[in-house]
Amino acid sequence: MAAVRTSSEVAFNRIAIAAVLIATLIFLAPIYWIASTAFKPKELAVSVPPTVLFEPEVTPFVRLFTKRVQMQKTVDPQAYEAAPWWEKRIYDGGERVLKVGKDVQLSQYPDRFMNSLIVAVISTVLAVGMGTFTAYGFSRFKIAGEADLLFFILSTRMLPPVVVAIPMFLMYRMVGLNDSHIGLIILYVAFNLSFSVWLMKGFMDEIPKEYEEAALVDGYTRMQAFFKIVLPEAATGIAATAVFCFITAWNEYAFALIMTNRRAQTAPPFIPSQIGSGLPDWTTIAAGTFLFLLPVAIFTFLLRNHLLRGVTFGAIRK
Amino acid sequence: MASVALTNLDPASRAAARGWSDLTIRNLFIIPTLVFLIVFNIFPLIYSLGYSFTNFAANRAEPWQFVGLQNYRELLSDDHIWSNFVITAKYVIVSVAGQMIVGFGLALLLNRSFPMKGLITTLLLLPMMMSAAVVGLFWQLLYSPSWGPINYVLGLGDFAWLSNPDSALYAVAITDIWMWSPFVMLLSLAGLSAVPQHLYEAAAIDRAGWWYTFTRITLPLVSPILLIALIFRTMEAFKTFDIAYTMTTQPTAELIAIRLYKQAFQQWDTGKSCALAYIVLIMVLAITNLYVKYLNKVKER
Repeated sequence: MAAVRTSSEVAFNRIAIAAVLIATLIFLAPIYWIASTAFKPKELAVSVPPTVLFEPEVTPFVRLFTKRVQMQKTVDPQAYEAAPWWEKRIYDGGERVLKVGKDVQLSQYPDRFMNSLIVAVISTVLAVGMGTFTAYGFSRFKIAGEADLLFFILSTRMLPPVVVAIPMFLMYRMVGLNDSHIGLIILYVAFNLSFSVWLMKGFMDEIPKEYEEAALVDGYTRMQAFFKIVLPEAATGIAATAVFCFITAWNEYAFALIMTNRRAQTAPPFIPSQIGSGLPDWTTIAAGTFLFLLPVAIFTFLLRNHLLRGVTFGAIRK
Repeated sequence: MASVALTNLDPASRAAARGWSDLTIRNLFIIPTLVFLIVFNIFPLIYSLGYSFTNFAANRAEPWQFVGLQNYRELLSDDHIWSNFVITAKYVIVSVAGQMIVGFGLALLLNRSFPMKGLITTLLLLPMMMSAAVVGLFWQLLYSPSWGPINYVLGLGDFAWLSNPDSALYAVAITDIWMWSPFVMLLSLAGLSAVPQHLYEAAAIDRAGWWYTFTRITLPLVSPILLIALIFRTMEAFKTFDIAYTMTTQPTAELIAIRLYKQAFQQWDTGKSCALAYIVLIMVLAITNLYVKYLNKVKER
């Protein structure tokens, strides 16, 4: 700003920074509430007044991963002594862990989490793989009606999921792809492909053409130049695009709700379905939510310099 | 880096002519993607366009009949559908306006240097990266009339945000504002940082007031990017399904996407839902068109 800062400007600056800090606290409060509820004793999750500070415990996570039933009578002291620490926590809550023989029965959560992981990883690899090739094509070659084709590609991203899901549901039913990993992967690839093409095109446009031209002059074929020169240069862009595609697939709800119900169900439709009737156990739901949101939070930090590009499909680069 | 890789090249590959022609490579790189999108996005839409002229119901075995434009006629004269559109319009206006104000406001506050600015900006961006369905579910606890922290902090007693027909839609909009203001903030920050400093310096020399500087320098230069944020958020808010669906079952918060979902997968009125899907689709494509137009405009600058 101006060379000499007046005292009122300094004061204004301080007020603005204080306001930013307050706003940050407000924005983070719901996230803190999810994270803290995941470590709360059951009764503190729904206490009045709400509990902000407490002694954290991991029991909600034990409940999240195990199948349990309410106990009719008190636990046999010998069995209690013999139980590992985490099982004692379940006994303390008046429940017991279900077992088949000696094996602890797991809840559905790990399965659903794995489904999310499988579908998100495979669909990301495919979408980014295809998108990278296509982006290179659009970036380097003359294509008749290029702008229209790119608009067509982007418009597929904008289709409301429920609109696409109706015919896809009917078609999947005919070929038996309902409630399958493949079915969901295809939908997520289709959804992420346009994004990947647009974002990768931005990254490709930034790699100087001269690099490949030099390689071509030296006798590389176009394919060799692409694999040996362009791809290594585009590595950061590919990584950023992949993380974005992963997060989108990981978070997706509508397709997963409609296309899966048991075998291939992912975490986003599963977590809300735990609410059921009666008083929900918010600590267990929070534990599941916490584990589900954690990878996204970590990725957000890794992506922080590419977020702007990502949310504008590569159009705005800073 | 390129020159290093170029030196040791197998002469045999040089002899292998120039490999595929550029034309072949271009087609090989682009056509699979186009085919994939046509098969899995466009073909289904053609398929559902066909069904939109029938009384097909996916949960019944009986043969369907061709009914012409009847589905469209019924939908467009159905008060229920119109009320869904009105609810959606209200939702779009409230939540997008909220996001624009909060997001741009945050960006104005953040547009100065202070310690840990990068960390704070990233923390503020967290909400928009998270799953709307899962986060929306959790807002049920925050809004809870009996033990929710929101009512406690605001001293609202047992006000039932999500089960009160008058407030349910706005409660969802508030959550949406929380999630997506960071998006507007991110775009605005980029716009603000691109304003040349010398304009502000010139204004300071001329002793221009804060308001004058803001309306004559800041706003005009940031407005193209704000417009992009506005159109994009409008389009997304219009399509909103997950957050509202997991947060409330109030009919007063039944957005058009939720209506469509119920018609297709709960009432199994497949033919009619295909017709409704087309009405929604045409509206979304109109906004998309506008969005891409402005996106390209900003890109050229």
